[in-house]
Amino acid sequence: MADRTPGRVRTVRQPSALRWPLRIAVVVYLVLLVVWPVAIVAVKTFERGTGAVLHALAQPEVVFAFELSAANAVWAVVINTVFGVGISLLLVRYEFPGRRALSALIDLPLSVSPVVVGLALLLVYSGRTGWFGPVLEGLGLQVIYAQPGMIMATAFVSLPLVIREVVPVLHEIGTEQEQAATSLGASPLQTFLRITLPAIRWALLYGVVLTLARSLGEFGAVNVVSGGVAMRTQTATLLVQERYNQFGADSTTAAYAASFVLALLAIVALVVVSSLRPKEHDR
Amino acid sequence: MSIRVSGVNKSFGDFAALTDIDLDLPSGQLTALLGPSGGGKSTLLRIIAGLELGDTGTVEIEGVDATRLPARKRNVGFVFQHYAAFRHMSVADNVGFGLRVRKRPKAEVRARTQEMLELVHLAQFADRLPAQLSGGQRQRMALARALAIEPSVLLLDEPFGALDAKVRKELRDWLRRLHDEVHVTTVFVTHDQEEALEVADRIVVINDGRVEQEGTPDELYDAPAGEFVMGFLGPVTTLAGHLVRPHDLEVETHTFPGAVAGEVARLTRVGFEVRLEVAVPEEPAPVLVTLTRADAARKELAEGTRVWVLPVPGASRVPVAGLAAARR
Repeated sequence: MADRTPGRVRTVRQPSALRWPLRIAVVVYLVLLVVWPVAIVAVKTFERGTGAVLHALAQPEVVFAFELSAANAVWAVVINTVFGVGISLLLVRYEFPGRRALSALIDLPLSVSPVVVGLALLLVYSGRTGWFGPVLEGLGLQVIYAQPGMIMATAFVSLPLVIREVVPVLHEIGTEQEQAATSLGASPLQTFLRITLPAIRWALLYGVVLTLARSLGEFGAVNVVSGGVAMRTQTATLLVQERYNQFGADSTTAAYAASFVLALLAIVALVVVSSLRPKEHDR
Repeated sequence: MSIRVSGVNKSFGDFAALTDIDLDLPSGQLTALLGPSGGGKSTLLRIIAGLELGDTGTVEIEGVDATRLPARKRNVGFVFQHYAAFRHMSVADNVGFGLRVRKRPKAEVRARTQEMLELVHLAQFADRLPAQLSGGQRQRMALARALAIEPSVLLLDEPFGALDAKVRKELRDWLRRLHDEVHVTTVFVTHDQEEALEVADRIVVINDGRVEQEGTPDELYDAPAGEFVMGFLGPVTTLAGHLVRPHDLEVETHTFPGAVAGEVARLTRVGFEVRLEVAVPEEPAPVLVTLTRADAARKELAEGTRVWVLPVPGASRVPVAGLAAARR
């Protein structure tokens, strides 16, 4: 990589009259849209003191909701990591009819509304009316209004994140290292574990962090397939919505506290991701 | 015979990369596959290594039919033009890779790695990453990595192609010495005729997916099988319907038996060499002649001098098909 490090080229730019107005416009826009609302959430959370927040977060429903969110997210990450790496290898290393179509299909979860995703899953897997659901239910596997459906919905919406990170890196590293490993006697599995995986590890980790963050925050699709029953199928985001719509200061505090934790987790994910970025380039 | 290729054909879509290749490469020799880019020589090398499959034909390595063997079971050392260094591994780990995937004992891997690193003079860089090496060092590492598995044959695909001229030359001499030391049957692909002539025991000239000629460097240079080989192995000029080498032409300022008369149209000095373009009335293009500076000075050659030229006795000449037909 060292031979491709770009030189330090300094561009000389004419000072523009628009420079400061543009900067101010950007800052104002970001403050109004992102910083201020998130800050208000933080302020509202601690309006009644830290004790109330800790009390709200210690409620069994809240603890359960976060545990469920975390479990769903971890499952979605595991599924999307395994399939994401597999699909990425398929897309980059093999030529087959429909490859471009598959590549376009992978972006579908990004463009389709999560509510539609939830509805689609409902149509297929619903225990009573679904296309495939009654069969599974007969086998004792309830998908809709249960954890499997929530995991599927979460995995669906976060599907492209790992793939979109890994594919460019696979393109960049090319096939020569893998061929060299093969000619040195490595089996396909050895080649994957010792050559391909280390080469894509930063991109993969980045994709995993994004998937985790996206999964924790998932609301629409999970809302449709879960039913949102407290202590059974209510995730953290669903809990926020329910508590916010309830009357009473305790409910409101619980909603804000859960929101605050979700926002905090997202920020931690962002920090992790941006600390990974430079490493990827120094490699 | 260490490598025997018979009846190999390979096409990519409509493009015939290789046509009816039959080749016997003897044990312990250093063979060059020489030819222009896109001529199929790299494809042939990759078919021998098992990185590519031929459409037809068989490949035999050390008497074993390897046609259906996957690359990892052919015990072939392969060196890529762009090194294919494992970027995330240290130099020592790169070299030991083939032994580690073979699950050899740790002590053996360490000893063999050390031995290989010393062979390629990289022992002091064992703990570095490939990115911290120069191009020439990286290619030496790749060579050590390929040799560490004690391959039955060593295949190099344009091994010096990505290096600058000076390093290229050094590494070429070094490869020759290394081969004299290690004696593993080696095949390397190159488009540089000087490289092939200088390093190889045998040269196989490949063009348009076919073997044009094979033999020792001297055989090919002195008795080229046709226009292509003659033209590819060195500079040529046309005189009296034949291709001939410019340094095989005798030039005099007086007539002599058989000589053709002309006039020096251009005289260029390149280092110790003088290159003449002689305008001969019967030839459509100027005849090129090279001679030493001393020779040119002694004959008092200058632009406009009237001269007579004739190939020296024993010069290699090849009839030009197109020209001869046009003359008739």
